[in-house]
Amino acid sequence: MLAIDVEKRLGAFSIAARFNSASGVTALYGRSGSGKTTIVNMIAGLVTPDRGRITLDDVVLFDSDRRIIVPVHHRRIGYVFQEGRLFPHLSVKANLDYGRRMCGLDPDAAQMRRTVDFLDIGHLIDRRPGKLSGGERQRVAVGRALLMRPRLLLLDEPLASLDNERRREILPYLVRLRDEVPMVYVSHHAGELRRIATSVVRLDGGRVTASGGTELLNDTDDDLA
Amino acid sequence: MFDIAPDEWVAIALSLRIAIVASLVALPFGIAVAWLLARKEFWGKTLIDGIVHLPLVLPPVVTGYLLLITFGRRGLVGSFLADYFGIVFSFRWTGAALACGLMGFPLLVRPIRLAIEAIDRRLEDAAATLGANRWRVLLTVTLPLALPGLIAGFVLCFAKALGEFGATITFVSAIPGETQTISAAIYSLTQTPGGDAAAGRLVVVAVVIALAALVVSEWLARRAGMRFHGE
Repeated sequence: MLAIDVEKRLGAFSIAARFNSASGVTALYGRSGSGKTTIVNMIAGLVTPDRGRITLDDVVLFDSDRRIIVPVHHRRIGYVFQEGRLFPHLSVKANLDYGRRMCGLDPDAAQMRRTVDFLDIGHLIDRRPGKLSGGERQRVAVGRALLMRPRLLLLDEPLASLDNERRREILPYLVRLRDEVPMVYVSHHAGELRRIATSVVRLDGGRVTASGGTELLNDTDDDLA
Repeated sequence: MFDIAPDEWVAIALSLRIAIVASLVALPFGIAVAWLLARKEFWGKTLIDGIVHLPLVLPPVVTGYLLLITFGRRGLVGSFLADYFGIVFSFRWTGAALACGLMGFPLLVRPIRLAIEAIDRRLEDAAATLGANRWRVLLTVTLPLALPGLIAGFVLCFAKALGEFGATITFVSAIPGETQTISAAIYSLTQTPGGDAAAGRLVVVAVVIALAALVVSEWLARRAGMRFHGE
């Protein structure tokens, strides 16, 4: 269970958001500029809130009153970025293995094989990220985040850089992940979220305007720009 | 004919040793300074930047003289190091390495700084989310991605160290076998009647070493660049 209550001022824009997310996939839904990515970055620890509290299960990740800020590298929160952000100087295999090494986990060949099979990236394993297509890159990025055995997986518009065909190619993989790890999924595509989300938090102008089930996605058939 | 005399070999070997030691010892400091200048905002940053570049714009003789009065036997730092650690720079090859490393330092820092500034910091953020602390981000992401800059800086520093003359001769003189590098030997030979042939041989050697350094660095940089794009 993830509980968030944060405030952050960024120039003229400000965020004041409060929501909880149980297991399953929590969608952060809103148009661009609504503060979705900043909130996800605060959960990951890449952005420090001005005030508030973030807890994951029973662990306090951030608490301004008690002056607790768990550093990014201790949070064990997987992050799939919009542009993949694979390490260009490492092979796909070394990218996949990076989180495990940095977290000091023992090598687990079975887990590696399972993840590679699951994402169909076995044939890419010796390549460098520069030689991958957009869809392949995002699958590797998902695998890399999973293999650090995260307590929570953050996905920030993971399909935004892909064309429609690639989106249809990757979404099923993400849907199948639902039972493995809790996720926070950022998107402005209602259609995409309808397929994967189990609960929805709607954001507008840095504020939570509604939170509830996937029915919140139904009142807008159009994707938000 | 092209027979290199034993005392010429001594100068060549000494030059290589001084240049290699100077560049290797300067490298970690150069990386640290380049990283600070590229990534941190702090009070006095412009001053640090200026001091780093000072050897590039000061007359080398001035740099050598400043070294002499600080690191010389009676200098503040020099006497301290000699008394407490037994490290002596004055009129030793180590002093020549110090002078050469200092003169090459701005050339070392600049390409590394530019390479670090060019790195996508979002990759470093990604590494942090995957559990890498600051040091491991530096060692596994920042420095490998800055490798072409590291190579360029190292080679420039090495080349500068190999040819350094003014600061070295002012600080540690030109003692054959101890501080007389190729440059100093060539200068002294051209001042000696009948020294032209020997000077000519050393000139050829200097050109060969410099060219070899450039070729090797070009090859290394291309290999490093290929790692990012190749399979």
